[in-house]
Amino acid sequence: MSKFRKKGGKGLQKINTSSLPDIVFMLLFFFMVATTMRETEVQVRVKVPEATEVKKLEKKSLVSYIYIGRPVAHVARMYGTEPLIQLNDKLVSDEGIPFESIQDFVLFEREKLPESDKSKMTISLRVDENIPMGKVDDVKQALRRAKALIINYSAKKEYRNQGRKR
Amino acid sequence: MASKETPEVNGGSLADIAFLLLIFFLVTTTMDTDTGITRLLPPEPDPEQQDIEVKVNKRNVLVVLLNRNDRLMVGGTEMDRLEIKDKTIEFFTNPLNKEDLPVMETTEVQFPPGSSSMLRADGVWTGMVSKGVISLQNDRSTTYGKYLQVQNELVAAVNTLRNDFCNQFFGKDYDELNTANPIEEEIQLGIRKIYKMNISESEPKSIGGRN
Repeated sequence: MSKFRKKGGKGLQKINTSSLPDIVFMLLFFFMVATTMRETEVQVRVKVPEATEVKKLEKKSLVSYIYIGRPVAHVARMYGTEPLIQLNDKLVSDEGIPFESIQDFVLFEREKLPESDKSKMTISLRVDENIPMGKVDDVKQALRRAKALIINYSAKKEYRNQGRKR
Repeated sequence: MASKETPEVNGGSLADIAFLLLIFFLVTTTMDTDTGITRLLPPEPDPEQQDIEVKVNKRNVLVVLLNRNDRLMVGGTEMDRLEIKDKTIEFFTNPLNKEDLPVMETTEVQFPPGSSSMLRADGVWTGMVSKGVISLQNDRSTTYGKYLQVQNELVAAVNTLRNDFCNQFFGKDYDELNTANPIEEEIQLGIRKIYKMNISESEPKSIGGRN
């Protein structure tokens, strides 16, 4: 011990770092709290396609989600492996064309919006890229019938190396 | 100086541990932003009007067909998906005034006065606007990924036309126009009148032969 003390004497004053962990923990908690996971558990496997012309969805409160994909393993045990439709957080289990459920869903979600925003309601279709269009067409028909006409085909941004110019 | 009874725990490494966690969270949390292609569905047809076929001149329609094997046919010829964009741009502009491409109509569009030196002083643009419509048809067995790729190319074509126009007249990209600014919003609406997003998704039907 005394061996190292020799130099000591009057060097630089050490900065008191005892509050550093507190600061860092504060940051840590901020990030842990601020990053909320998506609250709906997606029970179908969705790998959205890639596209170059995607735009950001601005107002999240106006958006309701429809997922279409093959069910994940634990759901598949109950419903089989055929493509399923999930409306926000609830799985549509009825066979055939789920017009009724989608119409009810749209009405229900529209009711939640303030009067001024009702016409701006957006449906985001998060559809797996390998799903046949028949299923999607059914949903689109149901949405037309429910007068939810603004839809968003969810897609990831694709970057092409030749750029966007012609 | 410190009393010998309770030896202090060394807290120096606490910061390191917290930093490690912090960096872990910083890296793993992707703020998931929802992106996608926004389209407007056509309203449901009136049951009483069902029988009236809208007569559209044949040359004004470009039929884009996606069959059950994800093969693409544009205007009667089979095509690769990367060729659609140029084909669409040609279709909407009809640069050589061809007989089999859409009719171009002389139109006046009002832009905010003084917004561009290339316009008349009162902000009126006079030029040719295409009457073309793209009809996108798919089979029930077409995969969604392919369908969206085609949608994307069609949207890309219109966006390119809008961008070119916007750059030529207003010196910036169409996307960069700020809709919160009333003048720029008017510009955007004007450009939308010149290059319309005329992509119709037809009523679903079965195409591509026997199932």
